[in-house]
Parts: sequence; C-alpha cells; structure tokens
Amino acid sequence: MRVTNMSEAIRFHFDVDGENFSSAGEASVMVKKKLRQLGFSPDVMRRVSIAMYEGEINMVIHAHGGTADVIVGEDAIEIILADKGPGIPDINKAMQEGFSTASDNIRALGFGAGMGLPNMKKYTDYMQIDTEIGVGTTITMRVNY
Amino acid sequence: MHLSDFSQAVSLKHLCGPTADDFDGVYVGDLLSRAMSHIQAGNLWITIMNNINVVAVASLTEAAAVILAENVSLTPDVFEAANEKGIAIYSSCESAYDLCVSIAKSADEHQ
Ligand SMILES: Nc1ncnc2c1ncn2[C@@H]1O[C@H](COP(=O)(O)OP(=O)(O)O)[C@@H](O)[C@H]1O
Ligand SMILES: [Mg+2]
Repeated sequence: MRVTNMSEAIRFHFDVDGENFSSAGEASVMVKKKLRQLGFSPDVMRRVSIAMYEGEINMVIHAHGGTADVIVGEDAIEIILADKGPGIPDINKAMQEGFSTASDNIRALGFGAGMGLPNMKKYTDYMQIDTEIGVGTTITMRVNY
Repeated sequence: MHLSDFSQAVSLKHLCGPTADDFDGVYVGDLLSRAMSHIQAGNLWITIMNNINVVAVASLTEAAAVILAENVSLTPDVFEAANEKGIAIYSSCESAYDLCVSIAKSADEHQ
C-alpha cells in the first residue's frame, strides 16, 4: 500500500493480486481500517467496504487482478479500480442482479452470486464503468459524506 | 444474545481467533456477496463456507463471530488469517437450521 497525503486529499494505492485468492479483500480491509482511523461514520465505512470489496473481488475472479486507488476528498470518497482483464462485453447484462460468468470453481468458493456490480451501484452515489474488450476495465465510484 | 447460552446444546467448538460471547442478530448464508451486504455489525454469521474469504467478509462486516455448521473444518491459512484479523470462528456438528432453532430457543429462555 502507498499512502500520499496531499493538501486536499489522502490517497491510498493498492496492487490487487490476481493469482491469489487468499489476499482477495485485503485492500478493502485495509481501507476500512484507515477510514475508521479518520473518524468516518459506520454507514460510510459500510458502503465503501461493500463497493470496494465487490470491485476488488471482481478484479481477482474476472480480470487477473489490477489496482485500487482510494481518494478521500473533501466531501466524497472516490474508489478507482483498474484492470487489464478481458473487459465487459455487455454492461447492461453485467449490471443485472444474478448475472454471472463465474466458473463452477469460483462459485464453490462462494463468489459468482451476480450481485457485485448491482451492489456497487446500490451502495455508492456515483459509479462509472469504462471498459474495452481485450484491454481492460476501470470502475470509478464515489461515496458522498 | 450470548454464545454461552446455547454453546452446550450445539456442541460449539472454538476453532480460532479470539473467543466471543455477545452478539446481536444472526445471518445465515454462504454466498459472499449476499453475506457482505446483509451481515450487520455484531451479527453472528452461520455458514458452511470455509475458505479464506470468509475472514475478509467477517472482518469488513464486523460480524461478532462465525459458526461453521455441519462440522466444516478450516485449513491452516484460514486459521492464520482469522487469528491475525481477530475473527472468532467456531464450529458445530449441527446444520444451519438446527443451530438457528437452538439459538431461537435459548433467546426465548433468556428473555
Ligand atoms: N473487472 C471485470 N472484468 C471483466 N468482467 C467483469 C469485471 N467485473 C464484472 N465482470 C463481469 O460482469 C459479471 C457480473 O459481475 P458481478 O455483478 O460482480 O457478479 P459476479 O462477480 O458474481 O459474477 C461477471 O460475471 C463478469 O462477467
Ligand atoms: Mg462480482
């Protein structure tokens, strides 16, 4: 984790390992700890945790890992998840509750409920998906506080 | 509610992490996305999912403790992660349903 403290914002940067399920969720756990130290309310921590965890897991199970940046701004927490995975062919379909392309192996671990993207949308105030087939996906989310 | 109120009835076994007693409400489920968005802080989480991701979800949701139903066991990596993150994990031979019945019964008795 890299922490940069500029005058206007605190930034956290994480590399999310795509090979290793045992570290999946690690960045989210770390961010939650930081937000608690910064005195954020349980509600804000909960929303950031859910959104970031789902995004982090998606990068691990669908995109061979990526990076996560969290920026604590003046009135919002911004989460940017970027990967060089396969991209999302049909965003509308991917956003539907229950839609998942996860393999049986992944499902056996408890993932693949098809609730990740819908929950990321539901628990944040802003979400944008930029994706290109064969190039990667960047998801930007904001939780206002 | 307290684990100690029904621990004997379900042969609760402490596997790793700190010991826990107090909890407030129960969540039952194995799909991690569902668990992640439905477990409330202080809940007891009953599941048969025993991989390392249970530790991250329990930590993020601030579950009071995890009970692995049906005598599900843990691998050493999960053991280690739970100890490190301070997640209390127990196991019981009972099914999730029977655990809930025992918890409900003990809640009635201790009202
Ligand atoms: N970062 C990503 N890269 C490529 N595909 C993704 C990514 N995130 C999500 N997807 C696609 O969108 C689908 C729905 O995602 P989600 O709602 O999180 O459900 P789940 O992860 O349980 O499959 C996934 O099954 C996958 O096909
Ligand atoms: Mg997902």
